[in-house]
Amino acid sequence: MTLLNLANPTRFLTLAQRLLPWLAALTAILLVTGLTLAAMAPDDYQQGATVKIMFVHVPSAWLSMFVWGVMSLSAFGTLVWRHPLADVAAKAAAPFGAAFTFLALVTGSLWGRPMWGTYWEWDARLTSMLILFLMYLGLIALWRAVEDPSRAARACAIFTLVGAINLPIIKFSVDWWNTLHQPASVIRSGGPTLDKSFLIPLLVMAIGFSLMFVTLHLAAMRNEILRRRIRSLQLLQASQQQPGVA
Amino acid sequence: MTALIALIRRELRIALRVGGGALIGVLFFLAVVVLMPFAIGPDLQLLQRLGPAVLWLGALLASLLTLDRLFMADHDDGSLDLIAMSRTPLELACAAKALAHWLAAGVPLVLATPVLGLLLNLDAAASAAIAATLLVGTPALTFTGMIGAALAVTLHRGGLLMAVLVLPLSIPILIFGVAAASAAITGPVAFGTPFQILCGLSLASLVIGPFAAAASLRQGLD
Amino acid sequence: MISLGPYAGFIVSSYAVVAVVVALLIFWVMLDYRRQKARLRDLERAGVTRRSRSGGSEAP
Repeated sequence: MTLLNLANPTRFLTLAQRLLPWLAALTAILLVTGLTLAAMAPDDYQQGATVKIMFVHVPSAWLSMFVWGVMSLSAFGTLVWRHPLADVAAKAAAPFGAAFTFLALVTGSLWGRPMWGTYWEWDARLTSMLILFLMYLGLIALWRAVEDPSRAARACAIFTLVGAINLPIIKFSVDWWNTLHQPASVIRSGGPTLDKSFLIPLLVMAIGFSLMFVTLHLAAMRNEILRRRIRSLQLLQASQQQPGVA
Repeated sequence: MTALIALIRRELRIALRVGGGALIGVLFFLAVVVLMPFAIGPDLQLLQRLGPAVLWLGALLASLLTLDRLFMADHDDGSLDLIAMSRTPLELACAAKALAHWLAAGVPLVLATPVLGLLLNLDAAASAAIAATLLVGTPALTFTGMIGAALAVTLHRGGLLMAVLVLPLSIPILIFGVAAASAAITGPVAFGTPFQILCGLSLASLVIGPFAAAASLRQGLD
Repeated sequence: MISLGPYAGFIVSSYAVVAVVVALLIFWVMLDYRRQKARLRDLERAGVTRRSRSGGSEAP
């Protein structure tokens, strides 16, 4: 299976159809395993049982950034090769990115409540997540603002790439701003300080979440291809009903 | 080169003539700053502390609101297509347009800052520091906002969509601009560090802005 | 049953939010697929097919 074969939307549809059940099953197995491991994980000596929120918070946060990466790669495909499948991939990914960013925000805030005593703290990580969420919503608004799919795809590709360049700058600025105003954050997610009893469930959950995204993304891409096919068929139908207008 | 200078002169003349509306930005800036004491009370101590933030937010909103006309009028009368088809690289043409826009709409904001500083109980040194940060920071706002303006004009959607896209991108500029300005007045850190980072952001946006704007114009105009 | 300590509510609600959002995503994707499929079937029944599949002359 070469890349060229995959690039054909019809071939892509059959491949997606064949892959989806397997991917869904694998995702379910991984998530169930991950949840079991997470339930059995010991309590943190400082944070108690609240550390269990980490097993859904960190994978969501990881995916929220990973999805922007996927969209940036698709943006390259759109701008350089003008490939319709790249447009489809970018468009299908955006709502999932927004959803995972939203989950990272909500779980982070629920984790923060016992730690900080407030639901929202202008903590560096959460603030960057909030800005990322705003950018996802802006991107979705941009997708929905234009009717012609390929025109919208090119505009969104440019915004995605500009965002990809700017996100590290924003992250750096927010970190700097945060150290200016208050001490370091409470959430110690990731890093070498994490014990093995937390690391393994976290890894399983992260892989499970990623596979879940891949499955959903593939299914959403399939829907989007069908939607475009319907659109072109409707245009064809409209032109057939009015023979004078070619 | 002469083509670029001609373009800049044309833009400036259009912006400054009757109906150009470049100076409305300053008026808006003034209105926002005058509005602030009504929202937070006429406490001079508090106003002095919030001064840099108020001035920066006003300048940010003013430069965002004037960005609409960067490409819109040229797109409507077709001269944008002529610029895109000319032999001058579109990136350079975009940079020239943004430079002219900054000269017409950004520099007046910087010049108005000391006057508005008086209203906010800022002394001469603080006003000068804020004006310096705005002088360095407003080009970054213009060149970042140009991306949004270019996207908006190719999609025939202006206003709010552009603001929603551009505002998150301008957060770093706001952070370092306000930090440098407050550092000069009270701040825990030296003026130099955030100011130099602000200069760096400005230079980066001078590169990224024209390329992204030209790319979106090229993708959208065909 | 594992004990979740004094903050059980926060832990349970964060897992619940994740479950609800993920379920909504799955539901939305599946519903969307059904809808597109149905519309495609309607169009095909109306005699509109892709040019690449049938070699022309498919006008009703």
